[in-house]
Amino acid sequence: MSKDIRIKKGLDIKLVGEAEKATENAIVSNFYSIRPEDFHSIIPKLVAKEGARVKAGETLFYNKDNEAMKFVSPVSGEVTEVQRGPRRRIDAIKITADKEQAHVDHGKFDLSSDAEKVKAHLLASGCWAFIKQRPYDVVANSDKSPKAIFVSGYASAPLAADLDYTLAGKEAELQAAVTALSKLTDGGVHVSVGSYNSPLAKLDNTTTYNVSGPHPSGNVGTLINKVSPVNKGEVVWTVNAQDLVIIGELLLTGKFNAERIVALAGSSVKKPRYFKTLIGAEVSTMVYDNGVEQNGNDRIISGNVLTGKHVQPDGFLDYYSNVITVIPEGDDYEFFGWNKPVFNKISTSRALTFSWLSPKKKYDLNTNTNGEHRAFVTTGTYEEVFPLDIYPMQILKACMYQDLDEMEALGMYEVAPEDFALTEFVCVSKQPHQKIIREGLDLMLKEIG
Amino acid sequence: MGLKQNLHNFRQKNKDKKWLPAFSAIHTFLFLPNETTHNGTHIKVADDLKRTMNTVIMAMIPCLIFGMFNAGYQHHLAFGEITQATGGFFSSEFWTLDNFSVGFWKVIPLVIVSYVVGLAIEILFAIKNSHEVEEGYLVTGMLVPLIVPIDTPLWMLAVAVAFGVVIGKEVFGGTGMNILNPALTIRAFLFFAYPTWMSGDKVWVHGAVEQDQLIAAGQNVDAISGETILGSLAQNKEAGYEIMDMFYGLIPGSVGETSTLLILLGGLFLIFTKIGSWRIMLSSVIGALVMGLIFNGVVSSGWITESSKFYGLMSTEFWHHLLIGGFAFGTVFMATDPVTASQTNKGKWIYGFLVGFISIMIRVFNPAYPEGVMLAILLMNVFAPTIDHYVVQGNVKKRMKRVKAKVA
Repeated sequence: MSKDIRIKKGLDIKLVGEAEKATENAIVSNFYSIRPEDFHSIIPKLVAKEGARVKAGETLFYNKDNEAMKFVSPVSGEVTEVQRGPRRRIDAIKITADKEQAHVDHGKFDLSSDAEKVKAHLLASGCWAFIKQRPYDVVANSDKSPKAIFVSGYASAPLAADLDYTLAGKEAELQAAVTALSKLTDGGVHVSVGSYNSPLAKLDNTTTYNVSGPHPSGNVGTLINKVSPVNKGEVVWTVNAQDLVIIGELLLTGKFNAERIVALAGSSVKKPRYFKTLIGAEVSTMVYDNGVEQNGNDRIISGNVLTGKHVQPDGFLDYYSNVITVIPEGDDYEFFGWNKPVFNKISTSRALTFSWLSPKKKYDLNTNTNGEHRAFVTTGTYEEVFPLDIYPMQILKACMYQDLDEMEALGMYEVAPEDFALTEFVCVSKQPHQKIIREGLDLMLKEIG
Repeated sequence: MGLKQNLHNFRQKNKDKKWLPAFSAIHTFLFLPNETTHNGTHIKVADDLKRTMNTVIMAMIPCLIFGMFNAGYQHHLAFGEITQATGGFFSSEFWTLDNFSVGFWKVIPLVIVSYVVGLAIEILFAIKNSHEVEEGYLVTGMLVPLIVPIDTPLWMLAVAVAFGVVIGKEVFGGTGMNILNPALTIRAFLFFAYPTWMSGDKVWVHGAVEQDQLIAAGQNVDAISGETILGSLAQNKEAGYEIMDMFYGLIPGSVGETSTLLILLGGLFLIFTKIGSWRIMLSSVIGALVMGLIFNGVVSSGWITESSKFYGLMSTEFWHHLLIGGFAFGTVFMATDPVTASQTNKGKWIYGFLVGFISIMIRVFNPAYPEGVMLAILLMNVFAPTIDHYVVQGNVKKRMKRVKAKVA
């Protein structure tokens, strides 16, 4: 069964440095790092202390609120360092990889098992971390059953990894994963695809939606909003398409294989292409060889330019990303930059900005904010790039003045920070929309739960 | 390289100083800052608030220049030094250096006073609240000289600007937080505090008030009358101007409000650049036309007679209302202020319509002062949050209904 979803509001940000469809093996990383901050709101209880030896798929820590929920090591090796921040918060768990990799064997999973068994298996094997929930955009609470599960198989974000390419040949794993997931909900698994050639388009036990239109047509939040928006008291789960492969492989073979095909993209990359690597790998294993100038003034982002995390060259690929983007830093002044005509930057207005003249042109943008932070002034600009049936500015303001009732009424249960990436990009007042939404969600999680 | 580096070093050296926002205002005027994104989106759109505000100013510049010529033209015409321009918009009697220099020396001081006083207050508040100087006043400062009579004394303007910026804006928290349009707050202050300088038949033409004072002092000179079209109509007199002159703007009035043609071009520019809201402009015009039609209907069905004091304005053809007075200027440049207008798209339609509708209503019924745009916009500024509230409630209700459908 398939349906079409076409959105009109949005913005395709076309950037230089799209990854060429060629995959190389990344240099094997010696160090891997798992950062609990990737699992927002989870308080980790450390299992593997410094000096412990772990196999790939062995528990590093579990969720303090739910002991069954394990978070596992992507490689086998030795836990060499547990970095701690203020109040002994665990910042990162660093693992030095073995030359010979050994995996924990969870055994082949019987796909005809019932929901409880599926749940227990995913929790114990570390695959639960890939299942996130809305409201709040956090790792899913395994005690609640979701009204539906959503997967986006179409990446519309700028310089995103092409899922049709990275998932090709993984149909068996994808099928196993959605079969198992479909047991966890009565509402079915809903998958969006960009074309019917997608490996996700022909899966059983799913409802397929062919999405088209500008970004954020591929965001899972857009899919949820168009199919079945989250109401108060309801929960939906989301899984990234590339993580279905890991779940599927675990079910089929019993191994937690943290392998992931990652796009290295961005205008600072000399030869943008795809790499086969593991979750938690050091980004320097990919970005330098034929990639980025060693001493260049560049920003390395684990994730895409709209929602990713700024990482240092010795930083690590985060748990949910399948893109590393490298773009130039913009830490320079520009003479009369605020009033001279602009041809080399993207704009949604035409205020002496001329990107409307060449809609197909690819731009080389840097990290300059192009202006200073201001109060909200202009209106109507966010709505043009925001396809959800929600008033973006009003909900942002409700978050800022922390009015829980209003946040709830305006649709806070439906949103995740990434839904506000485009409004943040076009914001003339340079307000940090995603941060505002994240803090609003955290507040609701704490007060309402 | 030199200037850029020097300013950067100066900024680094004085990072903690309280007066830094004052320096920043100048620094960021010269250079787009070197600020980079942190987490969140790593790239940003090219526009910032300065560019947005600058675009609005660009749209007003033709009105400003025309206003200078017109000030001189009206002055010379009233004193009988030149004859009525007959060649339309490009009339050679109008675009003379003589006209320009009279207007230039009257208008530029208004602009300077408006900016100096307003920005000084903005900078003081920025330092006091330690935030950057926000750009809102760039537009307000240009609007103010365009919406006052040419002979407004400078000290009055200074007092009004100080009042408008402090009470109209800063007490609410500065740019983006104000409820009333600051430029109109300034004008409203002038209007209620110094009514003799803001209405009547003397203030619209440079020199008319002086002439009156000379007469009062016993000198034998001719009194000058510079009645606006609305003033004449309110007294049931003939408008006395050709339609095209009204459209081109060769009529007495506030400095920048007269030329509907140039305001229209400015409005189209704002719509094209996506800075001004076409929804507000269009719905406001519709609102004004509807009200005008209602009044025309009242006259043609004979409910009021020529003896009524409202007859002159009510019987004015409905679409003439768009050309006379400050309606066009208010609609294009003041009703569209994003901070004080409705912020939702649906709300903008309602807000704009009511601005137009009420403008013409007040214009016709206001006994003392035949113009309603200022008061209509200020009134709707107050109601804009309410309009938005009900529009947003529509969305909230939809959400509630969804929950109910689930439960049922």
